[in-house]
Amino acid sequence: MISLHDLRVSYGDREILHGVNMEVKRGETLVILGGSGSGKSTLLRTLVGLEKPSSGEIWLKGKNLASISDDDLDEIRRKMGMSFQSGALFGSMTVGENVGLPLREHTKLEDSTIEIMTRLKLEQVGLGGFEDYFPAQLSGGMKKRAAVARALSMDPEILFFDEPSAGLDPIIAAGIDQLILELKQAFHMTIIVVTHELASAFLIADQMVYIDKGVIIAQGTPAEMKANPLPRVRQFFDRVAEPEVEQEMDYLQMLTATHRRPNR
Amino acid sequence: MLAYVGALARLTSQAAYYAFVGPFRGRPLRLGRAFSQAMEVGVRALPVLSLITFFIGLILAIQGAYELKKFGAIHFVADAVAITMTRELGPLITAIVVIGRSGSAFAAEIGTMKVNEEIDALETMAISPVQFLVTPKFLAMILMLPCLTIWANFMGILGGSLFGVLKADFTFVEYMRASVSALFMRDIVTGLIKSVMFGMTITAVGCSEGLATGQGAESVGKSTTAAVVMSIFLVVVVDLIFTSLFFFAGGI
Repeated sequence: MISLHDLRVSYGDREILHGVNMEVKRGETLVILGGSGSGKSTLLRTLVGLEKPSSGEIWLKGKNLASISDDDLDEIRRKMGMSFQSGALFGSMTVGENVGLPLREHTKLEDSTIEIMTRLKLEQVGLGGFEDYFPAQLSGGMKKRAAVARALSMDPEILFFDEPSAGLDPIIAAGIDQLILELKQAFHMTIIVVTHELASAFLIADQMVYIDKGVIIAQGTPAEMKANPLPRVRQFFDRVAEPEVEQEMDYLQMLTATHRRPNR
Repeated sequence: MLAYVGALARLTSQAAYYAFVGPFRGRPLRLGRAFSQAMEVGVRALPVLSLITFFIGLILAIQGAYELKKFGAIHFVADAVAITMTRELGPLITAIVVIGRSGSAFAAEIGTMKVNEEIDALETMAISPVQFLVTPKFLAMILMLPCLTIWANFMGILGGSLFGVLKADFTFVEYMRASVSALFMRDIVTGLIKSVMFGMTITAVGCSEGLATGQGAESVGKSTTAAVVMSIFLVVVVDLIFTSLFFFAGGI
């Protein structure tokens, strides 16, 4: 369904992803793990077409996103749903209007039909009855659920989640995990999740991928990842802090090294 | 600077595409959004615009009379106010009021959406941010600015009439008649053409600054400020271009 060949993505002259290779099968749930600044968000953004690759191929449903026409990209996007880290709900519209927006823009369905479908989607995510609330009136967890409802509104084949549990308390986060599992079991969607919450990852993943400094250094089933011997991977999974710098020269270099300011 | 104007032109042509060509190519126009923008840009600006242009008209009359008195030609004050308002100050002052109200609002609204990833969300839903956000504003502005300008011209002449009646021996009716007879169609039309151009400029700058916002609340503030300052500057440049054009193209 999705495959990446030697994908490179840069922001200006700073290369973030250095040749990523990856395959996702239909109906599979892939979790992309990585530390901060590893490039996982860039990878996700490239998968949904928000960033263009600087080289390499990225095949989604038989089309190469690196060299795709805008119309074809729109076609693919209609079958895709994305839930952003902050929800990205439109503040000037109600929750119902937010969820119904893709339907209103892309179909010729009547308002009454759209309203029914909206209510259905909101029920699915546990927000039944909240159609007339504005995003500002919702709690963090509810916003995320509303964002998922909006991502589901066109019945997508692929769902993307950017840090779905970020900033949520464990109970609400577990609720979101449960929701993802239900979507997986009920609709057999291909789901791609970027997260650094290990508990969620192990719960929902069929395949995992660990990305570090723009390269995938480990991939496999959750069991395989847990058994991976690479020190960087072990450090991430065992929650070990960066080791104290012991050598004097290393310490000196750390203090005096010039850092290029990140430029987005 | 040239690159900036080039980017503005690109955005405007995209917005115009979705406004005028899109509907024939299967991308229907959602007039609801354009209508609510028009209400906000136009109707809600009327109170402050009326007051400002009334006072401007009055100021024009007073300043004009100061000079005209020397030639014993104070009865020409009605002509002076009418022509200056319709050809120049009506469109310009209207544009400045709209920049302050709507130019900044466009940048702030779109900038905040950018910071909240709402623009990205639109793109991933295969909805063009230009079609969804910019085109309704564009249509609202090119419709409302001429209307507001006509109203501004009227209020300016009214302001001048206050002076004319009190200090220049006019009756209200005489003053209005003098104003109308001093005006040629071309005075009003050139002013309205300018107002449409101003409207396009203000939309382009406000929206493009909004879309170019960086991260965080501070960037939204920067975008809004930049939108207002660049709008005022470019409106004056456009004003100069069209004033010269009208003058040299046959003295209209």
